[in-house]
Amino acid sequence: MAKTLAEINEKIKKGKAVVVTAEEIIDLVDEKGIKKAAQEVDVVTSATFGPMCSSGIYLNTGHSKPKIKLGGGKTYLNEVPVYTGFAAVDIYLGATALPDDDPRNRVHPGEFRYGGGHVIEDLVAGKDVKLVATAYGTDCYPRRSLETWINLKDVNEAVLFNPRNAYQNYNVAVNLSHKVIYTYMGILQPNLGNANYCSAGQLSPLLNDPYYKTIGVGTRIFLGGGVGYVVWQGTQHNPTAPRTEKGIPRSSAGTIAVLGDLKQMSPEWLKGTTMTGYGVTLSVGIGVPIPILNEEILSYAAVKDEEILAQIVDYSDAYPKGKSGSLGEISYTQLKSGKIAVQGKEVPTGSLSSYAKARKIASLLKDWIKKGEFLLTEPVELLPSAESGMTFKPLKERPIR
Amino acid sequence: MPKKRLVLTFPQTVVEEPITYRLIKDYDLVVNILRARISREEEGRLIMEISGEKEALDKGLNYLKKIGVAIQPLAKDVRWLEDRCTHCTVCVPLCPTEAIVVDRERMEISLDKDRCIVCGACIPACPYKAVEILF
Repeated sequence: MAKTLAEINEKIKKGKAVVVTAEEIIDLVDEKGIKKAAQEVDVVTSATFGPMCSSGIYLNTGHSKPKIKLGGGKTYLNEVPVYTGFAAVDIYLGATALPDDDPRNRVHPGEFRYGGGHVIEDLVAGKDVKLVATAYGTDCYPRRSLETWINLKDVNEAVLFNPRNAYQNYNVAVNLSHKVIYTYMGILQPNLGNANYCSAGQLSPLLNDPYYKTIGVGTRIFLGGGVGYVVWQGTQHNPTAPRTEKGIPRSSAGTIAVLGDLKQMSPEWLKGTTMTGYGVTLSVGIGVPIPILNEEILSYAAVKDEEILAQIVDYSDAYPKGKSGSLGEISYTQLKSGKIAVQGKEVPTGSLSSYAKARKIASLLKDWIKKGEFLLTEPVELLPSAESGMTFKPLKERPIR
Repeated sequence: MPKKRLVLTFPQTVVEEPITYRLIKDYDLVVNILRARISREEEGRLIMEISGEKEALDKGLNYLKKIGVAIQPLAKDVRWLEDRCTHCTVCVPLCPTEAIVVDRERMEISLDKDRCIVCGACIPACPYKAVEILF
């Protein structure tokens, strides 16, 4: 028995929708079977929380008197440079931006204590942030320098706009070399000292809708504690990645670009993040509702950790050199147990993605929907799926003579 | 037998005093050095587990105080900032003494201070700067 999204929204408005998290649906399906569960359940909430480097915000600061054209000049927020290549007072701050005088990796491993992600967290925490700008001056925008405190509540628009978030599955990173390495997957001890993974597994949005049958352009989501939208497929979207029989990608595959009003968000779900020896970034909390329109969609949303496999990749050699090849495939059940076997060795695991926080988001979103505060949207366009032929291509280098 | 985990801070003037030797020979204490940073140019810091009869332990600690060594319990020196922690667990495999414990049901961590030797391995590993060590 299929349902329409409009029918589900009617139930939500009446406070009668049956909403469960992507974790709760697993037991429910085990207990009642797909058919019965699909009749009963209207929405499954999925979620993830972890470092997502392709994230950032744009702001419109409002005009000073006299006016200044930040566009084409240099502007800093708490010493962190922002992109000014827009109109006079629109700026974009990327999560991985660093202060000009940050020593970076000059003394390896660099500490990377503060950067774009931290400025974003400070802004959503309601802290004043220092804006320092220099400009070249024009007849209509004569001012050449500006130093002022700004606050999120005072700027015009403040929008979180992330070109790539919520990766559908990810590598498990290990280090086969004989020295410690510092990566975006954390500190990796030599000789398979640890294995780090980064996915919420059975709670993760795109793993609960592996062929993007419900998630698309216009899908309303939980973003950073506020309401946001999926606005496009994310960069590096790779729906043609190899899949299991049940359609679950065996490695990183789909991604989403998301957008939302920063003023609604909170530092609990947007956190400035430091990766020692690598850089700074932003950890983002995302929750995506999946309307249970039919049994097929439900069967995907009932995915369990044991059915989701990730590839173990050596970050000392294979990854940096762009060599293909996996050291093995491992399930999220095994990863979450704290120990996996790699090349016959028992290796302790750590996660960059917080399952505890993903669980909280899934349950918060469930509450919003149950209370009738959050309606589901029909995507205006679905994301390119497995049949699209879309792949994630390497750079074709062409020497400049 | 009472056992104490202590952070000893001693000024430059005491750096050349063989305090470990004295604690063992003169006070009959069992001494286990967990971590040490001592140089002639600066004050020294030593994290030590000391055990022995209560009286001997008191006398040994008195001796340390008398020569100018500041003593504080080890637990005070590890601060886990729970409000910054996201329970991601990336620090867990780096902890050599398994002092960071994961509740696998809740997927949340907790810090077992009795096991922590203040080695600092978790500090650079934490993406959210949720651990501080005053050492």
